[in-house]
Amino acid sequence: MGDRGLLVELGDEISPSVNRKVRELFITLEDSAIDGILEAVPSYRSLLLVYEPLKVSLSTLKKTIGELQNTLDRSKIPEPKKLEIPVVYGGEYGPDLEWVARYHKISPEEAVKRHTENIYQVYMIGFTPGFAYMGELPENIATPRRETPRTAIPAGSVGIAQKETGIYPVASPAGWQIIGRTPLKLFDEKRKPPALMEMGDRIQFFSIKEEEMSQWKR
Amino acid sequence: MEAVEALEILSPGPLTTVQDLGRYGCGRYGVAPSGALDSLSLRIANLLVGNPEGEAGLEITLLGLKARALIDLAVAVTGGDLQPQLNEKSLTMWRLHEIRKGDILSFKAATSGFRSYLALGGGICVPAVMGSKSTNLSSGFGGFKGRPLQKGDVLLCNSPHLYLNQAEKVFDVKRIPAYPREWGLRVLFGPQDDHFTQKVRDSFLNASYTVSSNSDRTGIRLDGPSIRKLEGMEDSIISEGVIYGTIQIPGDGQPIIILGETVTGGYRKIATVIRADIPLLGQVKPGEEVRFYQVSMEKALESFRETEEMIARFKEGI
Repeated sequence: MGDRGLLVELGDEISPSVNRKVRELFITLEDSAIDGILEAVPSYRSLLLVYEPLKVSLSTLKKTIGELQNTLDRSKIPEPKKLEIPVVYGGEYGPDLEWVARYHKISPEEAVKRHTENIYQVYMIGFTPGFAYMGELPENIATPRRETPRTAIPAGSVGIAQKETGIYPVASPAGWQIIGRTPLKLFDEKRKPPALMEMGDRIQFFSIKEEEMSQWKR
Repeated sequence: MEAVEALEILSPGPLTTVQDLGRYGCGRYGVAPSGALDSLSLRIANLLVGNPEGEAGLEITLLGLKARALIDLAVAVTGGDLQPQLNEKSLTMWRLHEIRKGDILSFKAATSGFRSYLALGGGICVPAVMGSKSTNLSSGFGGFKGRPLQKGDVLLCNSPHLYLNQAEKVFDVKRIPAYPREWGLRVLFGPQDDHFTQKVRDSFLNASYTVSSNSDRTGIRLDGPSIRKLEGMEDSIISEGVIYGTIQIPGDGQPIIILGETVTGGYRKIATVIRADIPLLGQVKPGEEVRFYQVSMEKALESFRETEEMIARFKEGI
């Protein structure tokens, strides 16, 4: 990408296996601390490396990445962490829950059950700091985006868009169907690491009551 | 060392923020680099006042900043010409000035370029967040309390200094970048240039685009001939990392040049502005015209090396 970005493509689709390969390469690369790499951004199917062209040449970088890929030792890659995320579903916290339920011709309770019964994989952090794109939602809960995006939703809003689900870390405009809200703080610049979730993490949502929110706030 | 009150903001203008050279290494958390959009100007301003080139300064957009010195200070103004004034008299840009307690610095409006940079001798005392003093506007952290400056804000300086060395500190007039109204930006194609026909790529290079008023620190939005992707392709691609200067083509075919507040994007990327021209992106103003020129990787790196060598020589001479 230009004269200082190298996009390493590891597949052409949204899938857990392609995404796992991205994560493996990303972690291996982090561990080997190559000089001249300014930034590494892992995503669904690719790993973007931003490098300093006067410190490391593109050809050297490509060669090094190739060697890393060839010698990559899966057994040294740590298991992704598992997180359970409390969510207050529906009502003022999830204004689109009823719409999502109607779309699937089910009750709101059934929609919550379907959203909470699966374990999702964090494919990528992006869009805004700490925003985790997670998938994959089964067909029985996957729902198209809103036709008209909302101009502002509060931090912690949990949304659905097609086969993905995500949480908005800060108040922002949103095109996703908002079905609930978590009291957890997704991003805190003073925390280490600042984002609650990392690419590759396994996430399961569980339903809490409105009055339980305060005990989860930290 | 004790921080002292150095500059009081009397009027912030539409957008004045604290920026250094950006926050890198946190892309994995979705954290964009932010930073001075015209990094070259910030670096020169810092060097003129005797700071390390990566120190934080003020990025002033378009017009309107007015500020009072609360102590004697070394200052330098670089970048776009916003008609800076000292006590209502014109202030020469690209050189060191020593100003006195009570002096008023003000900026009228841009006559060329879009963003001015103000460096204070001793830097700006704000906490570094994830290694940088830059303001992240989308999430509200870094810089001065994570937000644009407001009337009444007082900036602190850690070790304010006047430049006691008597040598004249001035940036060579011949090396001051030109900020035209019709911009020629050099690009390298990729990574998704193969999602467009050769004909479309040619028209991308031949077209003149107008900079939209919707442009901001996230991106320069362009209006002009629509860039059509290959038949049958969806509007968006699977989201992935982007860098400063990446040119995205959204569904409506109107290019967006990514700036410093985004780390990922879901539109195909036809080309990327070369490193040597990145600082110019900070000076491209709504209403101006942009054209793209294709260059080779060798030429791109040669230009970048020349710029870096020029800055290194300036640094040595100071």
